[in-house]
Amino acid sequence: MTDAIVNPAKSKSELAIIIAGVARDPLGLIGLIIVGVIVFSAVFAAWIVPYDPIAMNIPDRMQGPPTAHLLGTDQLGRDTFSRVIMGGQVALKVALPAIFGAMAIGLTLGMIAGYGPKWLDNFLMLLFDTIRSFPTVMFALAVVALVGPSLQTVVFVVMATSIPTYGRVARTQTLTLRNSEFILAERAMGASIVRILSVHMLPNIIGVLAVLVAMDIPTVIALEAGLSFLGLGVKPPTPSWGALLKDGYALIRQTPWLVVGGGLPIVIATLGFTFLGESLRDVVDPKLRKNR
Amino acid sequence: MTEKLLEIDDLSVDYETARGDLKALRNITFDVNKSEIVGIVGESGCGKSTLISAILRLIAPNTRFRSGEVRFKGEDLLTASERKIRDLRGDDISIVFQDPMQTHNPVISIGQQMVDIQHRSKANKAEKRATAAKMLGAVGIPDPEARLSQFPHEFSGGMRQRIAIAMALMSEPDLLIADEPTTALDATLEVQIIERLKDLQRDFGCAILFISHHLGVIAELCDRVVVMYAGAVVESGTVREIFHHPKHPYTRRLIECDPGHIKERARVLPTIPGEVPDLANLPTGCIFRDRCDQAFERCAEVPPLTRLSDGQNAACWLNHAEEPA
Amino acid sequence: MLQFTLKRFALAALILVVAVTIMFLMIRAVPGDPVSIMLGPRATPELKARLIAEMALDQSIPKQLLLYFGGLLRGDLGVDVFSGREVTTIVFEQLPHTLKLIFSAITWSAILGIALGCFAAAHPNTWIDRVAATVSVSFIAAPAFVVALLSLLIFAVQLQWFPAIGVGEGFWDTAWHLVLPSLAIGLSWVGYIARLVRASMLEVMGESHIRTARAFGLSERRIIGIYALRIAILPVVTVIGVGMGFLLSSAVFTEIVFARPGLGKLVIDSITTRNYPIVMGAVLVSTGLFVISTALADLINALLDPRARTNA
Repeated sequence: MTDAIVNPAKSKSELAIIIAGVARDPLGLIGLIIVGVIVFSAVFAAWIVPYDPIAMNIPDRMQGPPTAHLLGTDQLGRDTFSRVIMGGQVALKVALPAIFGAMAIGLTLGMIAGYGPKWLDNFLMLLFDTIRSFPTVMFALAVVALVGPSLQTVVFVVMATSIPTYGRVARTQTLTLRNSEFILAERAMGASIVRILSVHMLPNIIGVLAVLVAMDIPTVIALEAGLSFLGLGVKPPTPSWGALLKDGYALIRQTPWLVVGGGLPIVIATLGFTFLGESLRDVVDPKLRKNR
Repeated sequence: MTEKLLEIDDLSVDYETARGDLKALRNITFDVNKSEIVGIVGESGCGKSTLISAILRLIAPNTRFRSGEVRFKGEDLLTASERKIRDLRGDDISIVFQDPMQTHNPVISIGQQMVDIQHRSKANKAEKRATAAKMLGAVGIPDPEARLSQFPHEFSGGMRQRIAIAMALMSEPDLLIADEPTTALDATLEVQIIERLKDLQRDFGCAILFISHHLGVIAELCDRVVVMYAGAVVESGTVREIFHHPKHPYTRRLIECDPGHIKERARVLPTIPGEVPDLANLPTGCIFRDRCDQAFERCAEVPPLTRLSDGQNAACWLNHAEEPA
Repeated sequence: MLQFTLKRFALAALILVVAVTIMFLMIRAVPGDPVSIMLGPRATPELKARLIAEMALDQSIPKQLLLYFGGLLRGDLGVDVFSGREVTTIVFEQLPHTLKLIFSAITWSAILGIALGCFAAAHPNTWIDRVAATVSVSFIAAPAFVVALLSLLIFAVQLQWFPAIGVGEGFWDTAWHLVLPSLAIGLSWVGYIARLVRASMLEVMGESHIRTARAFGLSERRIIGIYALRIAILPVVTVIGVGMGFLLSSAVFTEIVFARPGLGKLVIDSITTRNYPIVMGAVLVSTGLFVISTALADLINALLDPRARTNA
């Protein structure tokens, strides 16, 4: 085999190169650190929290920071700091399954659209365009109105609305790769469609999709928080950043620290994932810059 | 004595690159007299384009002027203020660029662009439009009034280049620089454009600095020729002298290789063997030495551009044969 | 141009038809009796019967869909479960409030974003450019409703510079009430547009026709502000058109936070009272708005770019 027909994604050290590339970029490094801290505190939340995040403690209610409670307490005397940490865990619990689910489905549909017959491509594209034409929050509200608020509803809405984005990118990548030399060589050697898609296409598309994932996580976190803020996301007393904002908003003159405690983590998490995504994109595929 | 309009005097220009300085132009010297047509000829990459961008200082940020002067009507343009240069651009000196398909703004109508470039005129908009239409007519665009409201993509390549020429001549410049204006066009259009340029030059009396790699066009149009090779002038003189008595081996090979000069039908177009030297890493001695079939020991030294006869200069040791080394 | 317009609107119409179908099937796919779900605890046999007749629920699904489309064509989105008023009327009463908010937000953010982007492109790779780039990314990262809440807390509750709730009366009061909501929605757009303009501006500034403009001695201000910007602005138009859905989403939250009337407040109130026809009507209208705005963006692009006009 000559260099021209070797699958370009099949070098082992690529992941290491990408991470090193992200860490070299100052913003990428900040993003990496923020994301690291969030993931760490979400995973070890149960050990980090000083108080039970859902235990009411009426005598201590509405205490401003800093007292025995680092970030004060809410109207039911629950510890804000503990709720912020637990809220991070909830945010990731919604965001990760939703995004990876959307990615898996979008990837499959996108590759089918890009590799399959033209009519199927047209049909899937129309479907994607239509789903994208629902304003996300409006769509979410419609679904919540129909099936009622819950964590699963949020996950479903996020999945449904992000599938088209992943599908489109996967399709474009598949279309460009479809006629590249190494795929043609595989086809000439009689490889099956499933093999071509899963073994050869996938590794080349996944890098681009990883960038989208990093960029999408903040959107999903914001959506979950938004719905919970409206009282249409995760149910009380589950601690969520959005629920903190809801409580803080209701009593904004008495417990403004709840608004800060719910709002800042969202801003910081969003910043972290965005920096990471931007930096990832520059490392993985500078050309993608224009396509989004 | 003819009046000198543009004097390029010992001009050297580098491009700063990651590989080190690219010596794009070295010790360029030649003049353009008033109302004279001077051709600059050379293969691509010889520095023709750098030269014209240097004259109007339309340069990339990594350009460095190392030595020399570019005097226009006696004033050095390289040290002139940005303001002064801008006043000259499109007024005393105009340019027609190489690729007519890219030279106009795609989203602004031709009429608007032609009105905009008359920004120095005190005339009102209707008068400016009338001037624009008149110029379009002069370069042979049919129905100019109506076509003013059209956009560049609605014109053919040949028309766009004629529009570019019309725009350049509108201010009645003293010097028109034409950077390979016919390269992107086919042969028939090329003849048309050349004829048009000749007529216009007669009517407007401007000097033209005409850059081309096509000897036939140069011979047809120009009074004098400057032959450039790898960022240096190797020979300059009247068209007649250069074409009939070339004094530099490079000029001779260039003429031999020109398709217009090949009498018999040849299977393969003759080319000059070898490659243009790397400008970031120049060889010592004469720059043409590696490709020259007449090279001898003395070529290890850089030959100066020497005046040989009235108006003809060449940079080659062959012309110094009788002198002691 | 006419052909282009027709084609574009045909596509928009097709997307709307599919969208309505999806919404419709979604409602029908909900397990259980839709009438009971819709009416909730208020369900009396009479109300149920009325609703079944109104929504033609006793017909087959395709027939229902056809009837629904027929209603849509007549501008009939059903009636409010409580008041019996036309949903269309109710939704279009609230729509102007939301549009006002969205347009004020996109206007200020587009002007500022374009200015910042041009400025950064005129001074590429200077420290100003880098600061602008970092600030831009940070702005993009700020979700509208968080900005809304934080700005409400800081500027309305703590500093009391701006009113916290309502829309105000008269021009100045209305504008004054719009400041914070509009800031919340527009903030992320400033960064987004600035980056977009910077990138496309840098690309355009490298094109040959800019060199031509310079060669004719046009002022740098005119070159950047007109010759380059006319081209660099094209992707911004598209992005704003496509961003309408995003803007609508932000508006929902912002209306809630600042207790402003509008589509968002209407939907949320209707969800809490389980007033489904209104929820669906509002969702459909906002979807229509989004589809139309993307089509409009393409048309504006075609107007601004003569090449798109003839190629399409």
